Amino acid sequence: MMQRFRERPGLRLFSLMLPGGFWLIVFFLIPLAVIGAISFMGRDDLGSPTLPWTTDAYAQAFDPIYLQLFLFSMWLSLLTTLATLIIAMPVALFIARMPKKWRNLMIFLVMIPFWTNFLVRTYALLFLLRANGPMNNILMGVGLIQEPISLLSTPFAVWVGLVYGNLPFMILPLYSSLEKFDWTLIEAANDLGANTVKAFFRVMLPLTAPGLLAGSILTFVPAVGSYITVELMGGGKTTMIGRVIATQFGTAGNWPLGSAMSLILMVIVTLAAVLYFRAGRGERMAL
Amino acid sequence: MTQATPSSELGWKRHSKPLVPYETSEKLGRFSLLAITLGAFAFLYVPIIVLVVFSFNSARTGAVWQGFTLSWYERMINNERLIDAALKSLVIATVSTIIAVIIGTLTALAMERYKFRSKGAWDALLYMPVIVPEIVMGVSLAMFFGLVSGGVKALVTAVTGVEPEVADVRGFGTLVISHVAFSMPFVYLTVRARLADFDTTLEEAAKDLGANEMRTFMRITLPLLAPGIISGALLALTLSIDDFIISFFVNGKGWNTLPIYIWSALKQGVTPEINAVSTALLLFSILIVTLSVVIQRRQQ
Repeated sequence: MMQRFRERPGLRLFSLMLPGGFWLIVFFLIPLAVIGAISFMGRDDLGSPTLPWTTDAYAQAFDPIYLQLFLFSMWLSLLTTLATLIIAMPVALFIARMPKKWRNLMIFLVMIPFWTNFLVRTYALLFLLRANGPMNNILMGVGLIQEPISLLSTPFAVWVGLVYGNLPFMILPLYSSLEKFDWTLIEAANDLGANTVKAFFRVMLPLTAPGLLAGSILTFVPAVGSYITVELMGGGKTTMIGRVIATQFGTAGNWPLGSAMSLILMVIVTLAAVLYFRAGRGERMAL
Repeated sequence: MTQATPSSELGWKRHSKPLVPYETSEKLGRFSLLAITLGAFAFLYVPIIVLVVFSFNSARTGAVWQGFTLSWYERMINNERLIDAALKSLVIATVSTIIAVIIGTLTALAMERYKFRSKGAWDALLYMPVIVPEIVMGVSLAMFFGLVSGGVKALVTAVTGVEPEVADVRGFGTLVISHVAFSMPFVYLTVRARLADFDTTLEEAAKDLGANEMRTFMRITLPLLAPGIISGALLALTLSIDDFIISFFVNGKGWNTLPIYIWSALKQGVTPEINAVSTALLLFSILIVTLSVVIQRRQQ
């Protein structure tokens, strides 16, 4: 037995791949295929999927109401990615230029929220901003407002929540590519007559593109499918695609529509990921 | 007749010389970077610190400080449903991490060490759970387990001739299966990254010295891979304990994990007890981060 095993690398590869391959096919791909199938079914009065095959659910998903929802989710996620990028870039830059001892401490401080439960962190923001929460107290204390104001349940609140939740996921990849950056290149650019701004855009940005792309994908993808943030910060008034999908499988009881929306959402994130890998590969080739 | 003025004559291209002396702009740049960094850290930490502080506030509602108390922690420890949820989370996380680490490591070895025709497809498939939105994974697993439950019901009916009242596969098993499905690819990626810069001459040396395949693996490969495997395990453990969305869709009756408990408590209204639980979870995260940093230090 052992002998045969040793002599046949094919058999060895097969047994190494078997558990992982089995798990992914049975508990990841097949479930996706199941909702793929449901998305092409109709539904009866109770909401259960029925045959024959139909594209009704997709026609419904592309209804202006839902189409608008998709666009809004993508737009808000794009704004989130942009805002986290604008905040994270200076932070990563600053940390990368600190003395080594300080750098480790700062990165440790970024890693804590990175590893902390997302639900707990979003709750922390909710707790701070809610109607009779500490933020309102402070604002009333300094006399900016007389009555508690609602800081939640708006698209703006959801956006703040998304930026808050995803900021560490942008800082860390940016930092790790900046950490390897050769700072003498900036000096060289300066010597050749480029000012700091120009050196940043022409030298630093292209060379740190991999971290920038990784951070952007790590922010955009969870943002566009987000559920916790939109549920807590949106308070039912502002909604995004992830929450609508959950509703279709819950109270709305429209599985085919929920499945069709899930597949469309998957297409969106897969496209984003493919763009990322393409850009990443182009980068390596260019070097 | 008007003639278009060449842009260079407008002079805006000549401004590449700094408007302010270089040292001044450098200092200004450093200062604004510092200001933004401090702002960002305040943004990240103020909500967390406020949450922790108010877990010690004796006021039941409202956000006015009324004195220090540990009573919310006391209530937390005596809350049976909460402790039950926390224990369930721990058991699920432990079991799913062990499975994910074994499977992920084997897959990483296969993908890094062998060349085969369908490798590109497997590469893509192993990446997919990382990018597929949690909500999509949650609903698809819920539908899948629903289908399996239906199948079980039909099977039981066919074999015994009696239709069972309930046939629901959802519970501990489905939670573990789902957690392995989303955390295994992360273990795989972490271990594979470690394997990629692995010095294979050490293994060859061991074999030259007469060690067989198994011995080489146990004595050379595994110890060298250990930091990657431990990092992957910590990641899988955290992902499992943190997961709310997927667990929410596959948990079934009586299998509430800690995040599901927190979520349903939150839906009933904010209480200082939730702050206490959150603080406990925060401490757990700090512990995990410290552990992973220590491991990385050792690695270097």
